[in-house]
Amino acid sequence: MSLYEAIQEVRSIYPEDSESAVLPALRLAQEEHGWLSPEVIREVADALEVTPAFVKSIASYYDQFHLAPVGEHLVEVCTNVSCAVVGAQQVVEAFEGGLGCHAGETSADGKVTLRTVECLGGCGWATIVAIDSHYRTHVKASDVPAIVEELTGGD
Amino acid sequence: MATEVEKIVFAGADDRDLTKLAEYEAVGGYEALAKARAMAPQDVTEELITSELRGRGGAFFPTGRKWSFVPSKDQIPKPHYLVVNADESEPGSFKDNEIISRVPHRFIEGCLITAHAIDSKHVFVYIRGEYSGPYEILVNALEEIPKDVLGGVTIVVHRGAGAYICGEETGLLSSLEGKKGWPKIKPPFPAIKGAFGQPTIVNNVETIAAVPHIINRGAAWFAGLGTKTQGGTRLYSVSGHVVKPGVVEAPVSVTLRSLIYDHCGGIPDGRRLKAVVPGGSSAPILTADEIDVSMDADGLKAAGTMIGSAGVIVMDETVSIPEALMVVARFYAHESCGQCTPCRESTGWIYKMSHRIVEGKGRKEDLDTILDVAKRGAGTTICAFYDGAVGPYVSYIEKFREEFEALIPRDA
Repeated sequence: MSLYEAIQEVRSIYPEDSESAVLPALRLAQEEHGWLSPEVIREVADALEVTPAFVKSIASYYDQFHLAPVGEHLVEVCTNVSCAVVGAQQVVEAFEGGLGCHAGETSADGKVTLRTVECLGGCGWATIVAIDSHYRTHVKASDVPAIVEELTGGD
Repeated sequence: MATEVEKIVFAGADDRDLTKLAEYEAVGGYEALAKARAMAPQDVTEELITSELRGRGGAFFPTGRKWSFVPSKDQIPKPHYLVVNADESEPGSFKDNEIISRVPHRFIEGCLITAHAIDSKHVFVYIRGEYSGPYEILVNALEEIPKDVLGGVTIVVHRGAGAYICGEETGLLSSLEGKKGWPKIKPPFPAIKGAFGQPTIVNNVETIAAVPHIINRGAAWFAGLGTKTQGGTRLYSVSGHVVKPGVVEAPVSVTLRSLIYDHCGGIPDGRRLKAVVPGGSSAPILTADEIDVSMDADGLKAAGTMIGSAGVIVMDETVSIPEALMVVARFYAHESCGQCTPCRESTGWIYKMSHRIVEGKGRKEDLDTILDVAKRGAGTTICAFYDGAVGPYVSYIEKFREEFEALIPRDA
């Protein structure tokens, strides 16, 4: 199914004349293209019969949408309070060391984008690290080298 | 020892995989739905009113009364909607994650009973975008349900995309409608004019998950489990410095001390307790000698804080309160939706001030400036977000002022 067709399908779920399909449509587009380039925003807008400006206003409001390219893998470390008190900052620093880039950047080989995020809703299993949207729980700084190896290995 | 409590929300989930329809039916699943459908919708609502179930998302509103506000189809014949708030994003709260992951069918059954009570055929579950695990479990559970159980009701699982404010009910509705998650001025309340301009009930996941039990075992039984002001049990999300963090199902009147020491094994490695946030990050902080307090809404209100979403964040003596405030202030600055000036501006500036204090670059007047700005803005915005931010700003500084002052250079 093309992106256009998938968006039409998702539109049919919601009340007519609503713009509810914009979030699922952007999610579908991002799953297909990795990030939301101006061309992809236009594609989504055309499929929804709205303006690209409207679609971009929504895409830029929500944290999970990427308006710039990201690596093959996305590593998101929760640094909100429950994770912070058990060492989330050390986890971030271990990733920065292992990947050779700062939070908010992508490793030089383009493989991994690292970023810090607000509460992921896994506070009892801190520190939470979402890797390509899947939660790893109880992550400690000492666990990070193995995760980095897993994501960048094979070189 | 921890007070033994009969599990309600998680009943059966310790012994069986209740994510499977057959397992859920083996413990009486979907019997409450059949019972409710044999009742008139207003009788189901009456039962909820008698049960004293109160909203578990944080606002504590009586659930049955909320349902009773929906006008009848004779008055407003257009579609009525049930929207379930599964956008759990309050730092320290992770109970809805656990409910959907462990007892999705109980949650779905609660949705279908609620839809019957408010005469709705359309349910939207707004689940936060980050919850991809619970999302898959919920979608798989929905696929298992036979058509006759759904009874013509459609349940759409709508994924958010990363915005705390979408947990605020009108912000959630804006987001569901395909807009930015901007809260709306109330009134009109969603029960009259909600999703797509139609009568809508917005309930939290934990609230909905309690509904099947109320129908099965009766409102009087459920009310009897609780206190005068609320029925049932409560799910506490306990995180931070305890031996056994996790979601604890306990009486609504359990004390904070009992939660920490009896249910969660106390503070690890013999360290001392320093402070506790009892109701998610927006709840004012309590010091170690303020934990002999009942977790029901009245007990915490008397202690100057709130139950909120019951996210209990435990901090031992290794925690720097100024650093904790900086983390919390960064969160509010990041998540302010930007509609109202007092919130948008204050959250940003208070984060900057809290950050420079931690860096040793604070100024003498900073603490009083934060307190002044925080208190002036409270109550001046469309939604409760900023009031929630004021809770930590004021309480962290007022209760741990010396710790902040120690970081501010004397000659600043």
